[in-house]
Amino acid sequence: MRRKSFWSWVWIALGAIYFILPLYATFDFSLRAKKGVLSFLSYQNIFNDPNFWKTIEFSLVIAVFTIIASIILVVPTAYWIRLKLPQLRGMLEFISMLPFVVPAIVLVFGLIRVFSGAPFFLTNTFFGTDILLVAAYVVLALPYVFRSVDTGLASIDVVSLTEAAQSLGASWSTIMFKIIFPNLKVAILSSAFLTLATVIGEYTIASFMVGIKAFGPYMSLIGQNRTYESSSLAIISFMVTWGFMGLIQLFSRGKADSSSLSGAR
Amino acid sequence: MLSKQDSLLNGKRDAPKARPAPLPWRNWLGVVPFFLFAFFFIALPSLTLLVGAFRDNAGKLTLQNFVGLFDPSILNAYWVTIKISLATAIGGGLLGFLMAYAVTVGKLPNSVRTSLMTFSGVASNFAGVPLAFAFIATLGRTGLVTLLLKNLLGINLYDQGFSLYSFWGLSLTYMFFQFPLMVLVITPALDGLKKDWSEAAANLGASQSLYWRKVALPILTPSILGAIILLFGNSFGAYATAYSLTGGFINLITIVIGSQIKGDIYYNPGLGYALAVGMIVVMSVMMAIYYMLRRRSERWLRK
Repeated sequence: MRRKSFWSWVWIALGAIYFILPLYATFDFSLRAKKGVLSFLSYQNIFNDPNFWKTIEFSLVIAVFTIIASIILVVPTAYWIRLKLPQLRGMLEFISMLPFVVPAIVLVFGLIRVFSGAPFFLTNTFFGTDILLVAAYVVLALPYVFRSVDTGLASIDVVSLTEAAQSLGASWSTIMFKIIFPNLKVAILSSAFLTLATVIGEYTIASFMVGIKAFGPYMSLIGQNRTYESSSLAIISFMVTWGFMGLIQLFSRGKADSSSLSGAR
Repeated sequence: MLSKQDSLLNGKRDAPKARPAPLPWRNWLGVVPFFLFAFFFIALPSLTLLVGAFRDNAGKLTLQNFVGLFDPSILNAYWVTIKISLATAIGGGLLGFLMAYAVTVGKLPNSVRTSLMTFSGVASNFAGVPLAFAFIATLGRTGLVTLLLKNLLGINLYDQGFSLYSFWGLSLTYMFFQFPLMVLVITPALDGLKKDWSEAAANLGASQSLYWRKVALPILTPSILGAIILLFGNSFGAYATAYSLTGGFINLITIVIGSQIKGDIYYNPGLGYALAVGMIVVMSVMMAIYYMLRRRSERWLRK
């Protein structure tokens, strides 16, 4: 028994080192902007850079629209399919897993080819490009949004709830907003925070569609010119990810599992 | 109206339906928005790439684009991508499995398990630009570990042929999100190993290692293989981390596709389409195998 738990600790320690060492090294590096002393100068430089705030604001707004769009798209559809068209559930699951088959780099390629020309011309305006970016992120988020909403719906009796509501005279919008959404709160919140965590620093799609307007490409640009500032950006971005994942844990009470998977970026 | 009901009641002896059945096509309206979205933003882009892959610059049907895939530099890109994906899927899979084993079968305190799961959720999503920065600060030319090895042990990694910006460096970087992904995917499977099985084996006189060889591993094999395939696909399609780490100077399939989108080096739209289609094909095969294996493993995990 002793020996068994000894090896268990060894594997955990090995993983912990793999995890902590790069973060420690990055943090250490980010403090060395001033020669000879440790300082938060690189963080100050980042926080004083108006582009930092501009790009993070842009990516936040895009993330919020992504969350709203994917919830409006997935929740009513998944609910309706459970209620009326159970034969379509397999197809819905198949579609929501397609981002595993179409990696981000291929998705952005296809989207640009389709929507930059006739008859859509979406990439001709900033507004059109932003819409396309949100649509691409909705696709990226589909696997985990669908899975958490589907698990949430499975845990409530959709048919009985709907019939009970209808017999009390509830309209479809009442059913949706007063019954389905509140019951899916955990699923919606956890996929919302996961979307925030992935969209804010997303690079592949953002760099081809909007360039340095978004936070991911901004980080990349800083990385090319400013050594210490790039480390502080990595730390900031890590803390943002950690913060959102912590919130998910809080809402789902520590049930992190494979439902947070998404396709290759 | 009345007469119709009468005829129903008296003529056929059938009770009238309480409510007229809704027209079936109405039900389908509810799913139209989602399927329209899926058509425009998933199917149409993929189909456009597929059609483009079979056309030349003049729009005529051709297979020339796929012949282009056999160009030595493209073949090399495939080879490097496969090597990195295999190395990180197996390496990350092994470390991830051992860690998941430690917190499930290894009976470590529950707090360790909770923190491992949280950290895996974070780390598996911590890919891309910031991850590249973190590894430059760790294993770059002036990275912490590089300097430590040089100053303490006198080993100069970069003199030994190591470079963060080539195969091994990129593999080590990918591992950072690969092994947490393995932890997330394989932990439920390890949880599915029932205590009864190991007890039954022990009652029959089997040692721990015999139990693992004859019972646990055969049950886990589909799950493990499936997870490794998932990891393989995850690094096969990765772009952001590789691009920001190497600035595009590594010959990976995703990087080649990226340069085709930008239209810079040896621009050839048809080849770009063929590369993208090739990627979708590889990923589809991977996912198909993954689902087959998952179905097999679910047989044992049923409660």
